[in-house]
Amino acid sequence: MLAFLRDRKIRGYLFQLITVTIVVAFMWYIGTNTSHNIAQRGIRTGFGFLNGTAGFGIDDSPIPYTPGDTYSRVFLVGLLNTLIVTFVSMILATILGLIIGILRLSKNWLIRKISLTYIEIFRNIPILLQILFWYNVVLRSLPAPRNSMSFLGKIFLNNRGFYVPEPAMDSTTIYIIIAVFLVLIFAFFMNKWANRRQELTGEEFPVLLTIIGLLIVAPIIAYFVGGANFNFSNPHLVGFGFQGGKHYYPEFVALTLALTIYTATFIAEAVRSGIEAVKIGQKEAAASIGLSGYQSLKLVILPQAIRIAIPPTINQYLNILKNSSLATAIGYPEIVTVFAGTTLNQVGQAIEIISITMLVYLVISLVVSALLNWLNFKMKIKER
Amino acid sequence: MAVYKKIESKSAPSSSLGVMHWMRENLFSSPLNVALTVLGIALILWVIPPFVKWAIIDGHFKGTTRADCVGDGACWVFIKMKLSMYMYGFYPAAERWRVNLAYVLFITVVLSFKYFKHALPKIIVTVSYFIVAYILIRGGIFGLEGVFYNKWGGLLLTIVVSVAGIAFSFPLGVLFAFGRSSDLPLIKSLSVTYIELIRSVPLITVLFMSAVILPLFLPEGVTFDKLLRAVVGLIIFESAYISEAIRGGIQSISKGQYEAADAVGLSYWQKTLLVILPQALKVAIPNLVGIFISVVQNTTLVMIIGLFDLLAMVQLTSSDSHWLGFETEGYVFVTIVFWVFCYLMSIYSDKLEKRFNTNLR
Repeated sequence: MLAFLRDRKIRGYLFQLITVTIVVAFMWYIGTNTSHNIAQRGIRTGFGFLNGTAGFGIDDSPIPYTPGDTYSRVFLVGLLNTLIVTFVSMILATILGLIIGILRLSKNWLIRKISLTYIEIFRNIPILLQILFWYNVVLRSLPAPRNSMSFLGKIFLNNRGFYVPEPAMDSTTIYIIIAVFLVLIFAFFMNKWANRRQELTGEEFPVLLTIIGLLIVAPIIAYFVGGANFNFSNPHLVGFGFQGGKHYYPEFVALTLALTIYTATFIAEAVRSGIEAVKIGQKEAAASIGLSGYQSLKLVILPQAIRIAIPPTINQYLNILKNSSLATAIGYPEIVTVFAGTTLNQVGQAIEIISITMLVYLVISLVVSALLNWLNFKMKIKER
Repeated sequence: MAVYKKIESKSAPSSSLGVMHWMRENLFSSPLNVALTVLGIALILWVIPPFVKWAIIDGHFKGTTRADCVGDGACWVFIKMKLSMYMYGFYPAAERWRVNLAYVLFITVVLSFKYFKHALPKIIVTVSYFIVAYILIRGGIFGLEGVFYNKWGGLLLTIVVSVAGIAFSFPLGVLFAFGRSSDLPLIKSLSVTYIELIRSVPLITVLFMSAVILPLFLPEGVTFDKLLRAVVGLIIFESAYISEAIRGGIQSISKGQYEAADAVGLSYWQKTLLVILPQALKVAIPNLVGIFISVVQNTTLVMIIGLFDLLAMVQLTSSDSHWLGFETEGYVFVTIVFWVFCYLMSIYSDKLEKRFNTNLR
């Protein structure tokens, strides 16, 4: 009678049916509990709270914000701060990780050991501990604004943050930005053209040198075309604080430093394993057909190393995004601090607020994963 | 008859021998390398002597009060006086032998593993150890005084959260890994949704969720304490990562293994538990230990939801009015403790990897 249970297909259906029933029953159970609890405790529901007045201030906001603004504005400020700190740490961690990863393979014994020590020390210390250390110990022990550490009289570092000159947004600056942008677009097409020409004729075009030259010449031309009037807003001491220039708050500096130093260790390992994964035969083959050192690096080694190093590096970018949420421990106003923290405390609608916050990270992660898959597909070795 | 004189072979030129040769090859082989070496030495001189001077030469080790720390050096007296806080939190002093006994038992259990050949007795010993350790630390029965969770703190709490996190998220991770590699579409999509959802959000949001939303999910009157909620959050989070590591192992197993298991007539569960899982775990070990290291590091996040783990003790102890301003010493001490734990784990992982390397080619 129970013979049909031995059929693999039927058993599969049955097993799935049982699992789904359990999951649905569980959902229904917590659903009813939740709605009961919400009614019992008089918690409001829905997303109407987003239009309510926040009533609290945020110091470090990339867009104009006052305590009279709504919670949706708070959300936007938090989101932008998350993206800013992620982006800045991403770039710095890539540079540092690249340097450490290459030094790890240096011929110099001392340098190899120093970079190994760096990696072993910083990746074995919890990131939260590093953030708190930079914030509570290093940045807090800096002098007060009146006795700031200063570099060239333009850049200042004190316990209120980091102050750098900021170029004023007048015509010269805009011309220079446009010039750099145009050079980058031109470089992209020139690279394509040079590659095609090299494949057809074997003649090489000095792409890198041309781009570097253009990047020096074009801004200089733009400087004169734009009126040769390059203004900086310099930070200067007024009373007890600084005015002018770009001000980075200590929370931002601590978070960026910790994320950069921690993540760079993982990026360095990715870079190292990428380079080491290229077999020695490849280098020898490149040398034996007469490629120069630069040619063999550009045409043989890097294309293979990058293919291996990029996926783990992009995963590290996602880790920076996720670890930036630890800002809540030092109060940098990113999304978890101001939205899942302060807003949640004021409004009390935990389910909505935590869901929105998680959704933000989910969407960014999905977009990046899609990008990564596309990149992997593009860079896959084209086989016959 | 010509007489040939034997000539002793000359020793190699001094430039290719000994320390000088090694230094020439490894430190000064090119102008760039000379510059790098000089930079490296400068870096070492910049970092290490000031730290050694602060921590050891000028450090204060003797004494019992703040007055014993005069001058610039590190005040290790602070750590010495607060050591019980860092180790046990608010655990009653008279009952701390129970925690120590649990630690000693742990080492005994780990060492005893050598004498068991099969997995089953190992599992039984491990599970019974967890039960004994829980009873020892929590108390409340067998005449042991109950010590409630809010008294746990410091390293004890960090270890409890790490061990509970690893012990429970591991089986859950195995389950989701097999769910994800299953051919049953509904099981597969449920596992994929769970894993990808959890892996794309930060741990802190999961901890907030389990701290704030979990109580709403339970029937009225049922409450969880804070520690359990934190552990549940950690388990939910880490099981997704563990399952991905194990899935990597499962994927590395060749199809022949499945077919061979089917050919000798093993059932699904026999095939999974006796053939696939042991091989998959072997491959997954380096990644798994990497995740266990991150679990230990991630336990520090429980301080954000108000538990006093080892890291939180720094702020707690340095806000004591008798000992204001010794945060630096606290952070350095906690850093060393975490670093030693994580570093030992990574060394152990390298060893395991070598031991389990059954690659015969």
